[in-house]
Amino acid sequence: MNRSRSYIIQGIFVLVSLLFAIRLFSLQVLDESYKAAADSNIIQQEIIYPFRGLIFDRNNELLVANKAMFDLLVIPKQVRVEDTLRFCNLIGISKTEFNEKINKAKSYSYVKASIFIKQISLEDFSSFEDILDEYSGFVLQPRTTRSYSFPILANALGYISEISKNELSKDTSNYYQSGDYIGKSGIESNYEKYLRGQRGKLYKIRNVRGIEKGQFKEGKYDTLAVPGLSITSTIDRELQEFAEKLMAGKSGSIVAIEPSSGEILSIVSAPSYQPGLLTGKPFSHNFKVISQDTLKPLFNRPLMAAYRPGSIFKIVQSLVAMQEGVINPFTRLKCNTNLIGCHNGVSHPFGTSENLVGAIKNSCNPYFYQVMRKMVMQNVEDSPHKDAQIGLDKWNKYVKNFGFGSPLGIDLPGEKGGLIPDSKYYDRAYGGRAWHYSNIYSLAIGEGENLVVPIQMANFTATVANRGYYYTPHLIKSIGENGKPLSKYLQKNYTGVDSTYFEVAVEAMAEVIKSGTGQYRAKLKNIEVCGKTGTVQNDPNPDHSVFIAFAPRNDPKIAVSVYVENAGQGARAAAAISGLLIEKYIKRDSATLYFEPYVLKGDFE
Amino acid sequence: MRRSDGLFNQVDWLTILLYGLLILFGLVNIFAAIYDVDGTTSFFSFSHNAGKQMAFIAVAIIVATVILTLDYKIYDALSYPVWGVFIFFLIIVMIFAREVNGAKSWLELGPFRFQPSEFTKFATALAVAKYVSRPTFKMSRLKDAFILILLIGVPTLLIIAQGDMGTAMVFSIFILVLFREGMSPIPLILGIASAAIFLLALMVQNDFYFWIPTAGITILAIYVNRKSVKRMIVVLSIGFMVVGMYQSVGYAFDNLLKPHQQNRILVLLNPNADPLGAGWNVTQSKIAIGSGGLTGKGYLNGTQTKFDFVPEQSTDFIFCTIGEEQGWAGSMILIILFTTLLLRITQIAERQKWRFARVYGYSVATILFFHFAVNIGMTIGLFPVIGIPLPFFSYGGSSLISFTILVFILLALDANRMQRLAH
Repeated sequence: MNRSRSYIIQGIFVLVSLLFAIRLFSLQVLDESYKAAADSNIIQQEIIYPFRGLIFDRNNELLVANKAMFDLLVIPKQVRVEDTLRFCNLIGISKTEFNEKINKAKSYSYVKASIFIKQISLEDFSSFEDILDEYSGFVLQPRTTRSYSFPILANALGYISEISKNELSKDTSNYYQSGDYIGKSGIESNYEKYLRGQRGKLYKIRNVRGIEKGQFKEGKYDTLAVPGLSITSTIDRELQEFAEKLMAGKSGSIVAIEPSSGEILSIVSAPSYQPGLLTGKPFSHNFKVISQDTLKPLFNRPLMAAYRPGSIFKIVQSLVAMQEGVINPFTRLKCNTNLIGCHNGVSHPFGTSENLVGAIKNSCNPYFYQVMRKMVMQNVEDSPHKDAQIGLDKWNKYVKNFGFGSPLGIDLPGEKGGLIPDSKYYDRAYGGRAWHYSNIYSLAIGEGENLVVPIQMANFTATVANRGYYYTPHLIKSIGENGKPLSKYLQKNYTGVDSTYFEVAVEAMAEVIKSGTGQYRAKLKNIEVCGKTGTVQNDPNPDHSVFIAFAPRNDPKIAVSVYVENAGQGARAAAAISGLLIEKYIKRDSATLYFEPYVLKGDFE
Repeated sequence: MRRSDGLFNQVDWLTILLYGLLILFGLVNIFAAIYDVDGTTSFFSFSHNAGKQMAFIAVAIIVATVILTLDYKIYDALSYPVWGVFIFFLIIVMIFAREVNGAKSWLELGPFRFQPSEFTKFATALAVAKYVSRPTFKMSRLKDAFILILLIGVPTLLIIAQGDMGTAMVFSIFILVLFREGMSPIPLILGIASAAIFLLALMVQNDFYFWIPTAGITILAIYVNRKSVKRMIVVLSIGFMVVGMYQSVGYAFDNLLKPHQQNRILVLLNPNADPLGAGWNVTQSKIAIGSGGLTGKGYLNGTQTKFDFVPEQSTDFIFCTIGEEQGWAGSMILIILFTTLLLRITQIAERQKWRFARVYGYSVATILFFHFAVNIGMTIGLFPVIGIPLPFFSYGGSSLISFTILVFILLALDANRMQRLAH
């Protein structure tokens, strides 16, 4: 009996050993989670932030660079601060702030670094370094913020700031991490993926007290930070600076395009802000101030402000009508002010008939009233309503081909499309009741429901300069060194209107400057400018002053659209600004800039 | 000379081989446990545990040789005096010792210090063997049972009083020795059953999940024994006793155990409940072992042990180093070595004709088994964290030398077993 008990005892020994073998097999071989847990115990990821790409102007002048700043990180377990009050005084925070920050860091991790103070400037850095020598548990981590060589182009450049929780949750690429900086608007946002570069990561080993013990696997998994691509913008810094100077104290926008490429030479939104304000530590304070400004400096007018185009739209009407064949350059129509008022009554008294060039030159409203009617009412249907529906939709298609009515696709976020109404629009507006030409005739002279944004008008001007096609306007001509713009900016877009008709429009716009509405302030010595004024009704406030122009007439180098809000006639503020910009761009330092004092004075009545 | 030649032939070399392998394996792992990745750690230096352990090994070899060369009868003769001396030491310790880790168990003599409680294990084994081997001994006699309980209970209580619960628990393993010597299995079964009920009481959330199966089994057992009223009453009483015990466990747990002891048990049941506090040791120990994989991270490449995530790496948690660096393969070698040693010692014990030697042999096997089972069990989360060393492996002079004495006295008795017969 006792011998069999010996076997029981030996059985217990073997049983326990078997139990251990099985348990160990499941812990060590089957269950993978312990390996991950072991790695997360010892591995600390250290992020190396990449340098963000630089932004240059078209002549390789540096517009946007990086400047160093530092985040102060804390590792709570290593913190040795004997005299907290003294430490707080040295780094400039209160004791309650200190405790709050430490507790926040502790709730994240005792042994992993988290941010204690953000965005310490380079100027404060050296004094911090001295202070931190005496205390353990704090580390300065280099970061960068943006710096601007010139206080210009804020709306187009945009700004960067820390990624928000919302953006983080929407990030499908899973690239971003909390604490990253991301482009929030403008070029910074649109070219974010080129500019941001690639984060580097170091895998450090740390022991149970959080003290570093070298690289993980000899740095096998470490990656270096890849700096972001520098990009070259199409902006002409000098022209931009000049344009902003001219717009100082005014509200409105300027867009200047090189017609042969669609490159934007200058883009101004007024009023604007100093780009340097939205960098570094003062960001949040300044952002609050700027975003609450009633003049809306963050509102990017060239892309977002939809205006009625006004008389400059008469060029569009001419081209559409000629292509459709309802008029030809020699068509003469009576200036019948019974149809619609004509502000140029003085220059061609009641009853005179102008041809197309003459009508454009003098911006004759009754002429275009009739052109539009010919376009819309083509007598293909008996019902005048149905006839108008068909005609309007035909017109709409032409006009949209010029890039109106929908966003052009510029490389900036937030572009608006404006509005070019079609029959459905009026059917809806009139709730099914029949509408007729008499209801929509304001469209003829660029008033009524038409809405365009300034960038579209500049693009249209470039289209006329090119005699029939345009390159989508864009701000970046090279991504990376000797790179290319995005491929969609290398394609010509045709309007579907013959270039011969454009020659008529060019002729008329040249006449406007020579002897028409815009002669006075946009005329330049030795440069043949083509332009058109617009005075956009804005009841009950003063009219907007609008001008489009390109020059020289043959081989155009620049096409501009200028909107000055509440500044009255287009022939004044907008025409003068257009002339100045063209002269400055083409003649550079030898430009005489005769109207500069007039514009800077800003009194256009 | 003839005598020592005879001894050389008679001694069980397999046990010595296993002992040697375990000690070397242990030494290599103690070095790994204390190895500092930053610096150059020399194996041969007395400034760290591995170096000191080598010195202890040298002492252990001398002690082993002395034990083998002494007249084997001395162990029988000196059983009670040795027991008495160590009981005396235990009392001395309680008066003079300094408290280390909540326990007063170290006796300091100049530069040397040792743990009498470690040595009490073999002393008690000798005394129990001596008493049980008395020709007149009868397990069922009240007086004999009482003296036996006294021989085991006195050192146990003294060690509990020192605050070293782990070492005290080792003495419970004598129940297995007495079982082999003919004691009724009922205390053993009751012991295991109460442990099971204890654990169930702590694990089961809703009492109904305990009552309903218990009631079911009781009713079934009554039905099976329906022919005998007497048996039915016994079954019913057992049923009530089980439920009563179950109910009293909660009370006992809350009121009789110290908070840190409660924690150790609760953490065993659910280490994730408090992974940074009471569960830290078990959690980290399991991470270290579990991350070893099939073949381990390689010698000196363990990260969890190197970077101090595992506590007490060279002593109680030495198994983590093997688990992490040698993986399942290395762990299995250790387990096989230990199991072989335990079985070998059991066989040696079984082949003794002299009851004193046999009882002592079983004591050796079961004491080693208890340490092995509890120490490894705690590192892999099968047993509460109880600070007892892994024999021959864990760093520590007292434990190494006392385990050496424990084994080599048996080898000395075994080597002379034929002479005893000749008497």
